[in-house]
Amino acid sequence: MTTQDLDTLYQEIILDHYKNPHHAGLRDPFQAEVHHVNPTCGDEVTLRVHVTGTGADAVVADVSYDAEGCSISQAAASVMADLVIGKPVTEALEVQDSFLTLMQGRGTVEPDEDVLEDAIAFAGVAKFPARVKCALLSWMAWKDATSQVVAGSTATPEEI
Amino acid sequence: MSVVPTRERLQGLLPGLDLIRADFPVLSRTMADGHPLVYLDSANTSQKPQVVIDAMVDHLEHHNANVARAMHQLGAESTAGFEGGRDRVAAFIGAPSREEVVFTKNASEAVNLVANTLAWARGPLQVGEGDEVLITEMEHHSNIVPWQLLTQRTGATLRWFGLTEDGQLDLSEIDSLITERTKVVSLTWVSNMLGTINPVAEITRRAHEVGALVLVDAAQAVPQMPVDLSAMDEASRPDFLVFTGHKVTGPTGIGVLWGRRSVLEQLPPFLGGGEMIATVSMERSTYADIPHRFEAGTPPIVESVGLGAALDYLGAIGMDAIRAHEEAITAYALKGLSSVGGLRVLGPTDATLRGGAISFELAGVHPHDVSQVLDSRGIAIRAGHHCAKPAHKRYGVQSSSRMSSYLYTTPDEIDALVEGLEYTKTYFKVG
Repeated sequence: MTTQDLDTLYQEIILDHYKNPHHAGLRDPFQAEVHHVNPTCGDEVTLRVHVTGTGADAVVADVSYDAEGCSISQAAASVMADLVIGKPVTEALEVQDSFLTLMQGRGTVEPDEDVLEDAIAFAGVAKFPARVKCALLSWMAWKDATSQVVAGSTATPEEI
Repeated sequence: MSVVPTRERLQGLLPGLDLIRADFPVLSRTMADGHPLVYLDSANTSQKPQVVIDAMVDHLEHHNANVARAMHQLGAESTAGFEGGRDRVAAFIGAPSREEVVFTKNASEAVNLVANTLAWARGPLQVGEGDEVLITEMEHHSNIVPWQLLTQRTGATLRWFGLTEDGQLDLSEIDSLITERTKVVSLTWVSNMLGTINPVAEITRRAHEVGALVLVDAAQAVPQMPVDLSAMDEASRPDFLVFTGHKVTGPTGIGVLWGRRSVLEQLPPFLGGGEMIATVSMERSTYADIPHRFEAGTPPIVESVGLGAALDYLGAIGMDAIRAHEEAITAYALKGLSSVGGLRVLGPTDATLRGGAISFELAGVHPHDVSQVLDSRGIAIRAGHHCAKPAHKRYGVQSSSRMSSYLYTTPDEIDALVEGLEYTKTYFKVG
């Protein structure tokens, strides 16, 4: 890959979030905690979700995490927490779905800035198959934890 | 540029390095932005010289047939090519007998073959409850997981040597680790992460004193240093030695298990199928002699031809000369890396005590990001846990970057790496 590709991958926004991650650290209260790893590189995230309200009124009250990994995975966790905290669960799941579509699009999907906000900076990551997993790690962890809460599951945290 | 004086200063480099490089077609590739390829990932897989590629193409073009069971001329030629690979492996590692060389899919399968058949064995070799299997904390996952499976399935206990701060095996506990209960000791000769060269002869001798079998993972040793099993005395010669074809300039898809004849002959079959039998009836079968007993199904034929050509190639250059080259490049790399602020090498820093894989951390930049930036300059290294998560955990790191050299690596390439690392720091605004 060229230096130009490198700059496509490492957008300023990504590097900013990497240096100063938002909502980092594990907090109480929470109803579900998950631990996800990327087996290829060993990147890990422990993530907690706190949801208030139920059914259609369910809102993502807090997402807290302890992540170890590269700039892409760290920045993704930060941007993800920014995006989903305060949103109704259904809406946040739509954002997650939209991000997943972007990441799996191999660079052909035009991101919607109204939905993804800072997460559009990850559009370039989709061109690097080896790094897509880095960007998705915390998003998948969040989806897993949130699904557990919504399902009322009391399953113990497990490695996926 | 100080390129020429640098080369003259470095003792031990292979003579005719440019000619050796010309043998490897991929090394002349130009990467993104016109950067020449700087391939520093040979501990992961080595590049292939033209003679290996040609030998495999020639086999497929002119001699292809299945082995042993085809009675026609091509079958005979193919069998000769396949068995010729076995002869070359036996000669290359100084195996006391060619029948002791078993072809597998890779080194991992070779370890699994031993671990499984020791569980299935009946008699003195059987591993069961109360027995102990001893490994080390610096093993590749392929020399950890098969033994975890074995001990979990049989009720045996898995134990391991810890590591010292400077990346050596901690042998201070050896008397309590190697005991009458020890049934198997399995360890790496050269660490794929720390580069450490372990005292396998001494440990083997100790293990043999208590009647334990010893398996040596030589996946990183056979490529870079002379290995002569026949030259080892009985007591310090391991019982098994495994390595893989693709790290010795050969193809993927073929691994080697060398096993002491008296031990192999006592082990039950691993995989069942064609080629591994003597006779088959609907009720039961009898099995072929070693090595074919452990080679069920159509074996890696063209891979054996390629591996044979690779070992001929390395042998012609000379493993002593290759080891000297690796040592010179490793010393030069350790010096260069130590000049990069914020860089910490994991493992021994004396080139004479280690192999050519050097793992390091760069403060403030994750290994993935280091690797990605270097890649934009044509430099290929490995980033991650290198299939050695426990060793990383031991040194308090989650992952690392790893450069690894081989017989075609030049001092210029090390210079490019060092410059690339400085550029990486600038890119991520650290240091």
